[in-house]
Amino acid sequence: MREVAVLGAGQTKFGELWDRSFREIGIEAGLQALVDAKLESAQLQGLFLGNMAAGRLIDQEQIAPLILDYAGLGNRNLPAVRVEGGGASGALALHAGYLAVASGQYDFVVVGGAEKLTDVPDITGNQITDSAADHEWEVVFGATLPGLWALIARRHMYQYGTKREEFAAVPVQDHEMAAKNPNAHYRNKITLEQVLGATPVAQPLGMLDCAPLSDGAAAVVLGPMEVARKYTDTPIRISASQVACDTMALHHRRDITTLDSTAVAARRAFQQARRTPENVQIAEIFDGYSIGALVALEDLGFVAKGASGAAFAAGEFGRGGRVVVNSSGGLKAQGRPFGAVGVAQVVELVRQLRGDAKDRQVAGANLGLAHDVGGTGATSVVHLLERTN
Amino acid sequence: MEAGIVSYGAYVPRYRITPTEIGKVWGVDGAGMGQGLNVHRKSVPAPDEDTITISTEALRTALIRGAIDPQEIGALYVGSESHPYAVKPTATVVAQAVGATPNLTAADFEFACKAGTAAIQTCLGLVESRMVRYGVAIGSDTSQGAPGDALEYSASAGGAAFVIGRERVICSLRKTLSYTTDTPDFWRREGERYPSHGGRFTGEPAYFRHVTECGRRLMEDVGSTPRDYAHVVFHQPNGKFPQRVGKQMGFTEEQMRHGLVTPYIGNTYSGAALIGLANVLDYAQPHERILMVGYGSGAGSDAFDFETTEEIARFDRGYGRPVQDYLDHGIELPYAVYAKFRGKIHMGGG
Amino acid sequence: MSIARFWRETPRRYNLGGSKCSICSTVYFPPRSVCPTCTHHRRSIGKMQPLQLCGDGEVFSFSIVQDAAEGFEMQVPYVLALVKTVEGPMLTGQIVDVDPAEVKIGMPVHAMFRKLREEGRAGVIHYGYKFAPSTAEDRRPHRGGSHEPSPMAEPPGRSRASA
Repeated sequence: MREVAVLGAGQTKFGELWDRSFREIGIEAGLQALVDAKLESAQLQGLFLGNMAAGRLIDQEQIAPLILDYAGLGNRNLPAVRVEGGGASGALALHAGYLAVASGQYDFVVVGGAEKLTDVPDITGNQITDSAADHEWEVVFGATLPGLWALIARRHMYQYGTKREEFAAVPVQDHEMAAKNPNAHYRNKITLEQVLGATPVAQPLGMLDCAPLSDGAAAVVLGPMEVARKYTDTPIRISASQVACDTMALHHRRDITTLDSTAVAARRAFQQARRTPENVQIAEIFDGYSIGALVALEDLGFVAKGASGAAFAAGEFGRGGRVVVNSSGGLKAQGRPFGAVGVAQVVELVRQLRGDAKDRQVAGANLGLAHDVGGTGATSVVHLLERTN
Repeated sequence: MEAGIVSYGAYVPRYRITPTEIGKVWGVDGAGMGQGLNVHRKSVPAPDEDTITISTEALRTALIRGAIDPQEIGALYVGSESHPYAVKPTATVVAQAVGATPNLTAADFEFACKAGTAAIQTCLGLVESRMVRYGVAIGSDTSQGAPGDALEYSASAGGAAFVIGRERVICSLRKTLSYTTDTPDFWRREGERYPSHGGRFTGEPAYFRHVTECGRRLMEDVGSTPRDYAHVVFHQPNGKFPQRVGKQMGFTEEQMRHGLVTPYIGNTYSGAALIGLANVLDYAQPHERILMVGYGSGAGSDAFDFETTEEIARFDRGYGRPVQDYLDHGIELPYAVYAKFRGKIHMGGG
Repeated sequence: MSIARFWRETPRRYNLGGSKCSICSTVYFPPRSVCPTCTHHRRSIGKMQPLQLCGDGEVFSFSIVQDAAEGFEMQVPYVLALVKTVEGPMLTGQIVDVDPAEVKIGMPVHAMFRKLREEGRAGVIHYGYKFAPSTAEDRRPHRGGSHEPSPMAEPPGRSRASA
């Protein structure tokens, strides 16, 4: 297996993009990444596209050839593959693209992620969100995705004494970070009191604990590390790409306060990269529901089980902390267009590791971690990205 | 007769509303209305309850109490005037939910408030003739009165299930007979949401005539007098009618005490006499005679002369809630929530 | 949801039909065709036996849901819970007939038969399990923490292997 580098990165604005269609945003992100990579279009050999629910959201399947076509590459007969893994679809697509280049099958591929959520009413958007849970044995019995994360939150509070205020601190920090991200869905600052007082969704989670339904797309161009310098001044190496799965339903898990899929994917990733959590300066982690960020920090190995709440509230994962978490604003504030999320996380890391993140730049970032989750953790994907010079 | 009651179970939803609370909404003296009807509160089904779920809960309790293999049930009938489907049986869902399918006959009965007693008679016949080992008769309803109508103060929800068999009979049947005429006192036309009634016409020519005639004929037939019965149970559309009819026929308050449940849970229609009988059986000792007279508008009465056996002393009444708990406990609702639970609020959208 | 899709699950949704690995004795709900935890994973294929849960358990975690799942809008706020059954499997379901403020982790509950949802006013009604608190009033000596199969779970003298 050869080393793989990110040669280019692109991303649309995330949010309510009323005047833009699925294909428009998909193409914009892909073309940005292509231009960023200084690559000739003729060199591309394939497209991997992360998307969760185009069939239900815009009544369109075969979206990978659709995007390829409107990107002006339809007549080149390239392979285009859609990858689905709930909210982790984008990160899974990156894993697929990574394997394709690492194996030597292809040299240059585009990995995209795109989702158009505002073309359906909110209630349908919520139902589609819930479809990442086990429909037959969770949703049919009244479960919603935020409801299931609330079950995780309640149990985490019960077992570890985690406080409501501690996970309410996650969206507060996310919004603070997103204020400096021009692509973010929400750039307003919010207070802890606002989070605690927000309309309940599934107690203990309220409206401001939950990521929004957003439109958006993101893309990266991957190529072999050995030739990367021809196409970019600062190639960012994908030092690890790992996927782990777990039971579909939350009720079948060994321990609902831990996402074993995340813990295993992270362990494999750090092994693959020969690094430890202590080497990471910047991380984009799943915070679709505030408690998710705390559970992730523990499962990724940044903090001991049960200790995340106090550590987060103390600012250990904020700007100036030991690991800066979700400098993009995370799913909560940058936005949550399902299939785009995992790719956008990597776009943010690439910008940070290159030193291109402008006024949200984290100083001295060399090793970044991206973590995305499908549903309540049936799928977890962990990537480690490293600056090599 | 060999056939009789082998086991039984009752179920009443958790929620209650008082006549006072209902009266407040319609500008009526609800408390006075309740006193007049002798209904202090009525049960309200949760939004996820209906005749099918109530019947299932009642029957599950009966099967466990009697340690009855559901696969031995040969016939299952559910009497109700609020079957969730106009076409598609309640009885098949209940049969499946208790594990009685597929080797049984099942059907829904409708005869206003006496569909449950009619089901008991049918089961007694099937068991007595040895066509089935166990027959299940359920009377259950989630009745609705039109908003503001006098019926709204009493129409409630609940049901009881009786397993009829020949072995380990806790309450044997001495005699049953019926009295049936065409009397249009109360009805609901196909497709109509709420029932209509003939006002005071529901009294003398309907309820009182049928119940007294039927009860007297039965007692004549078996040569009994009111004094022979430890308990008497009447259909009870409110708390007043059964008291009055009992008095007319010569029964005492004490004989009527356990069989009268409507004052505390409202009129459960097809469930009413059956829940009354379940409460009597909760208290009954061996060798007590019980007279039950059901009534259904339209109109007819079914009368039963039962006698408890030694077996009732060994019967496991410990499983499931006794009826008394349903009479004593509940969660009171304001009218607005009751209206939501009962689907009385017109919802927008699709 | 299509009628057949719901209908084919009724033995599980109505009667809590699960399965038990005849090698390691672990119980599963819904039933599985292979044992996920057994060290003899492959050998368990074809050795999973039907077993009906009695419906008793306790609250493992819960949430008060205000933004409802499809079809549950009229029940808001409702309690969604993970229920650890006495046989072992964990189930997701509602806790009904309870003041949401009184639900606690560890609270004993038992299964109830309720409407899950309706396919609109004219459509099919789906039924299945929910849970209600088991109070002293319920007087449930046959169940409540006992692993003794109830008569419903194991009818005397007859196997319900088809359930």
